[in-house]
Amino acid sequence: MKSKYVENCGSWFLERFPMAKLWNEHMAQYYAPKNFNFWYFFGSLALLVLVNQFVTGILLTMNYKPDASLAFDSVEYIMREVPWGWLVRYMHSTGASAFFIVVYLHMFRGLIYGSYKQPRELIWIFGMLIFLALMAEAFMGYLLPWGQMSYWGAQVIISLFSAIPIIGDDLSLWVRGDYVISDATLNRFFAFHVIAIPLILIMLVFLHIIALHEVGSNNPDGVEIKESKDPWGHPVDGIPFHPYYTVKDIVGVAVFLFFFSTVLFYMPEMGGYFLEHANFIPADPLATPEHIAPVWYFTPFYAILRAIPDKFAGVIAMGGAIVVLFLLPWLDRSPVKSIRYRGGIYKKAILLFVISFLGLGYLGMQAPTAGATMMARVFTAIYFGFFLLMPIYTRWEKTKPVPKQVTEQPTLEDRIPGFLKSVDKMTKDVPVQEHGRTVMHKRPNPTGIANVGVSIAKKIKGSLD
Amino acid sequence: MSEQGVDNSKRQFLTTALTVVGAVGTGYIAVPFLSQMQPSTKAKAAGAPVEIDISKIEPGQLIRAAWRGKPVWVLYRTPGVLEILATDTGKLADPSSLESNQPESSQNDFRSIKPEIFIAVGLCTHLGCSPTFRPEIAPNDLGSDWNGGFFCPCHGSGFDLAGRVVKGVPAPTNLDVPPHRYVTDTLIIIGEDTTEASA
Repeated sequence: MKSKYVENCGSWFLERFPMAKLWNEHMAQYYAPKNFNFWYFFGSLALLVLVNQFVTGILLTMNYKPDASLAFDSVEYIMREVPWGWLVRYMHSTGASAFFIVVYLHMFRGLIYGSYKQPRELIWIFGMLIFLALMAEAFMGYLLPWGQMSYWGAQVIISLFSAIPIIGDDLSLWVRGDYVISDATLNRFFAFHVIAIPLILIMLVFLHIIALHEVGSNNPDGVEIKESKDPWGHPVDGIPFHPYYTVKDIVGVAVFLFFFSTVLFYMPEMGGYFLEHANFIPADPLATPEHIAPVWYFTPFYAILRAIPDKFAGVIAMGGAIVVLFLLPWLDRSPVKSIRYRGGIYKKAILLFVISFLGLGYLGMQAPTAGATMMARVFTAIYFGFFLLMPIYTRWEKTKPVPKQVTEQPTLEDRIPGFLKSVDKMTKDVPVQEHGRTVMHKRPNPTGIANVGVSIAKKIKGSLD
Repeated sequence: MSEQGVDNSKRQFLTTALTVVGAVGTGYIAVPFLSQMQPSTKAKAAGAPVEIDISKIEPGQLIRAAWRGKPVWVLYRTPGVLEILATDTGKLADPSSLESNQPESSQNDFRSIKPEIFIAVGLCTHLGCSPTFRPEIAPNDLGSDWNGGFFCPCHGSGFDLAGRVVKGVPAPTNLDVPPHRYVTDTLIIIGEDTTEASA
């Protein structure tokens, strides 16, 4: 039996705070399209990683010392002597990379389903600001262990400011607080990393979500679900976020944690990609490591910087690579949102863009040889071409008709018979002598494999047209 | 309710005036807040000159010292190197160091007071990495036209053994030569110019 006292306390609170209203608006009566697929996990996963970074970050500050003479040792102290310190530190460092993986996939989702297009331009802008704040947060956090990569990475990035004409040198001096990267720089980066940027991040995430809930979520069909409503005024193709998507997201969280924990416990440095080897050597202002590269999530932009043989132009190109992302909603002139109904030109353009982005990411980790620089220039041209030529090629697109309501896609189960059929085609039964008896065994059938290959290639070509 | 109605222009004036006063006040308080991030007096004072003893340096050897937290190189160049420096200037972006940073006493073909002793700040003028010392001729990784020099591992800028930048790389200027002077033949002071000493 519920005690009357508890009930009274509850209503006292609810009379003074719009708890029920907030809950309904953003959870129980927030109608999200019913056809969300795999790509729609990454928003809530980003929130999960943000919480992980906050909790582990707060714990780390309890033992970390933001002092150039103590910082490196205090991180080792956390790793070796603080109870469970290694776990918290690796959760934080793995979380940083996981954050970028999740956010890049989240952004790619927006790119393929046109989630940045009218009326969701502002959500995209807030999202891009989050991305920018996240890059600042990650960059400043990477200085804190005060290893070789921390030091020289910061040296390079802060020197970027000095490329700006006239005020550049004074600006980079102001950012460093000293003539070189020093204790002053470390101390202020600590302040930015633990207070200033996290506050900005929280605020931007709040704005991102409020803006999303105002216009409603996009979906893989790019159909506005608010345009067809049932007699009660709810979108026909919508389902309440809670409990439907809260529960669905738990599945996403479980799968994510499976991958996250595998990295966390078995390969926390990820072979030098999440925590670079040179960062286990204390910072030495007199010697740059033989091979320096930023952490993987910055390498596409870093490769663009290196591809340009001029200091100022390189910095402009690197900044421009992020600025064009902000402009995306206005560069894309196609009337259709989702890639499902867009023309072949856009699909090919996105394919080229993904290849060049990954290519740049790879080249950014490699030493700058002449061949690699040439490749980086080609990829940089494709990267910018994808965005800057968009107003032209999206107008040529032959789009397909967009349905009025969201569509149902074949499930994994629906695809099994088709899959079994192709397996049948690719194999043949061959009589084999076994223990004196003749048994039929499945063996690969070269002509069948060739036929299936051709039909898959045709299908890919068809979907790209 | 007011009987004379509302004079909107007065309200507008007051709003504007308050905004301007507020903006000025914000501007004033921004000065100490932003200046707080400038280098402190202590950081400014830390730029004292340093002495380097070069009596033990051998031909071809590079020694490193720290000045204002930056690496400073002293390189003993052999006559062979000096000959390459004098002739192999076609690939350089600024062979006469017109756009680059060096004291007047070092603005010559070898960028040094004494041709054989080269002194430079060991930070790339692109984004401040410390280039690696690669004195060998035509190594596998740097190509057949490499005649010895400094190579920046970060962004691939190359410099010759006088710190002069080659064409077509991100670094805009030659390596900086710090102000320096010889106290004796084997003792150098980094951070003081020859002219400062005579004055």
